[in-house]
Amino acid sequence: MLNHRASRIAGLLLGLVLVATAFAASVMLGTTDIAPPIFVQALVQYDPARVAHIIIVTERLPRAVIAALVGASLAIAGALMQTMTRNPLASPGILGINAGAMFFVVVAVSLLPLHTPAEYVWAALLGALVAACLVVMLSRGRQGELSSLRVVLAGVAVTAMFVSFSQGLLIVDQQSFESVLYWLAGSVSGRELSVVVPLLPLFGIALLLCILLVRHANALMLGDDMVKGLGMRAGTIKLLLGLVVILLAGSSVALAGMIGFVGLIVPHMARGLFGVDHRWLLPACALLGASLLLLADVASRFLMPPQDVPVGVMTALIGTPFFIYLARRKQT
Amino acid sequence: MTHSASLPQQGNDTAAGHTTRPVRLSALLALVLLASIGLSLSLGSFPTSFDQVVHALATPQNSDITFIVWELRLPRILLALLVGAALAVAGAILQGIVRNPLASPDVIGITSGAAMAAVTFLALFGTGLSIHWLPAAALLGALLSAVLVFSLAWKRGITPSRMVLVGIGLSAAMGAVTTLLIVISDDAAAMVAYVWLTGSLYAAQWQDVFGMLPWLLVAVPLCLTLARHMDAMALGDSVAQGLGVNVLQSRLVLMACSVALAGAAVAFAGGLSFVGLIAPHIAARLVGRGFARLVPVTALVGALIVLYADLLGRVAFLPKDLPAGIFVSGVGAPFFVYLLHRNRHSPYQTARQN
Repeated sequence: MLNHRASRIAGLLLGLVLVATAFAASVMLGTTDIAPPIFVQALVQYDPARVAHIIIVTERLPRAVIAALVGASLAIAGALMQTMTRNPLASPGILGINAGAMFFVVVAVSLLPLHTPAEYVWAALLGALVAACLVVMLSRGRQGELSSLRVVLAGVAVTAMFVSFSQGLLIVDQQSFESVLYWLAGSVSGRELSVVVPLLPLFGIALLLCILLVRHANALMLGDDMVKGLGMRAGTIKLLLGLVVILLAGSSVALAGMIGFVGLIVPHMARGLFGVDHRWLLPACALLGASLLLLADVASRFLMPPQDVPVGVMTALIGTPFFIYLARRKQT
Repeated sequence: MTHSASLPQQGNDTAAGHTTRPVRLSALLALVLLASIGLSLSLGSFPTSFDQVVHALATPQNSDITFIVWELRLPRILLALLVGAALAVAGAILQGIVRNPLASPDVIGITSGAAMAAVTFLALFGTGLSIHWLPAAALLGALLSAVLVFSLAWKRGITPSRMVLVGIGLSAAMGAVTTLLIVISDDAAAMVAYVWLTGSLYAAQWQDVFGMLPWLLVAVPLCLTLARHMDAMALGDSVAQGLGVNVLQSRLVLMACSVALAGAAVAFAGGLSFVGLIAPHIAARLVGRGFARLVPVTALVGALIVLYADLLGRVAFLPKDLPAGIFVSGVGAPFFVYLLHRNRHSPYQTARQN
């Protein structure tokens, strides 16, 4: 664990280097490898006649940007959820937030004329909100505290519900099935950069709220009374942090579908390295989350070539052993 | 009725104070079931009247109606009943073992293990091997996943909550593999696998019915012989041990029953979710949590749920024949959420630790 301020700054800088390396790997490696000079050239003077340039600008670059953005968002959302519920197993995937967002997107795509992420991101946000409310409502115990196993089970039940609704809808409406299937599994490929731009304000709002609330999140970890000392009610803080989670998870699902386990694993890694102080934890989560998803995406291209494996499958396979480790370690 | 979700030992006393009630209730449910079978037999894409159906049943002739009733509708209905009963009992057993009403074969990873095996089978041998091997593959998957859950949850013994958490994690991984297999197979095969995952009784045959029946005939009586152990374990492991129950052994046998029932059901009808979750709840509301009286009622309720879901899928959206799973989860999921919300303050809801 990095205890001193200087070593933590060095750690974050290293994280930045890791993200940059993973980003470069994501752009350059694949069925056609691309040399660094060509990458730079494609950015500086784009030549639509060259195949390598087209691959970089229309496929690799958006893919890397989305992977980094979604990875960072899911990791931060997971960290905040773990703080709020005081449950090490909390994350947008496990607690059903992703599934809720996904179901609403499936409804938007198959029943309403909404087809780009910028159009159906609102459906995703609404779905994330509904799922979050359901899980909180279902998992509150007698004194209003969130019991650990209950939260997880309620999340799994809510996930099962939304997934089976989506399945039903897709079977009835088979046209959408083929277009949505790959995305359902969680994928960062096949999107253009122009699709990401309209969603940036949402990520921006979430980031701003994170910065404003970072001290309150620290206080919340110590207990609801500590938040009062900062002059705000614990309920208000939880609502605002919940809003951040919904913004981050909902927008991520709109961009990349259901990608699980990033929000679960990364906060634990970040906490192990940087401690529990959110001023360090959240940036560390962002960097590590972005790196993890970028690397998982690179790996997914080589698992069974020439077929692209959905990156959501990769993260689930990486994440499960970790989840089981956590479940075993917990005194349950 | 109102105490259905309270502590099991209270449930025994208050919810069904006299023993005639479960018997009468079971008889009533069985009557409803018979009537439903009659209704389901006479409805379908080919119009048949009840008289014609009875006639065809009583004196089979070489006619269209006889064929429809005997070869198409009856096996499908019977399979729906058996599968519903099996899933419901599997859920009741699991909820009892884990002492948490949120557990079910789908939550703990048994269904997803069977589903993964079945989809692997479809993806690898979709055209080569006979489809009759599919149930065997699914059963094997269910068994393997149960063994995996058990061994990964083992840490100087098994605690119910650790088993649930490990099951949740494993089912996520197996679900990911299933998705991967669907994504990499071609579109037609993917749709077949997807419909199968949702749970469908389409094209059920007599051999499916006879393949399903033995599992119920073995597992249900076996788990009923352990009913006393189950009720004792509901009070906590130490209490059960004090009462002379070999907790680990009983838990293993009961778990094996649950796996066999859920695995067989998934093998013959795909991933019908929520039956194992809600049928025991409804049954517990009617007769309380005492295991011996819970099981028959649970089985009847589960059978009714799947029967009506399949009937809806067959006749409500003609000419489409929709998978029963859509309706089971369409009704089951909101009902389950309602149940959870309603019972959120009851002590039985929080899994007690050892």
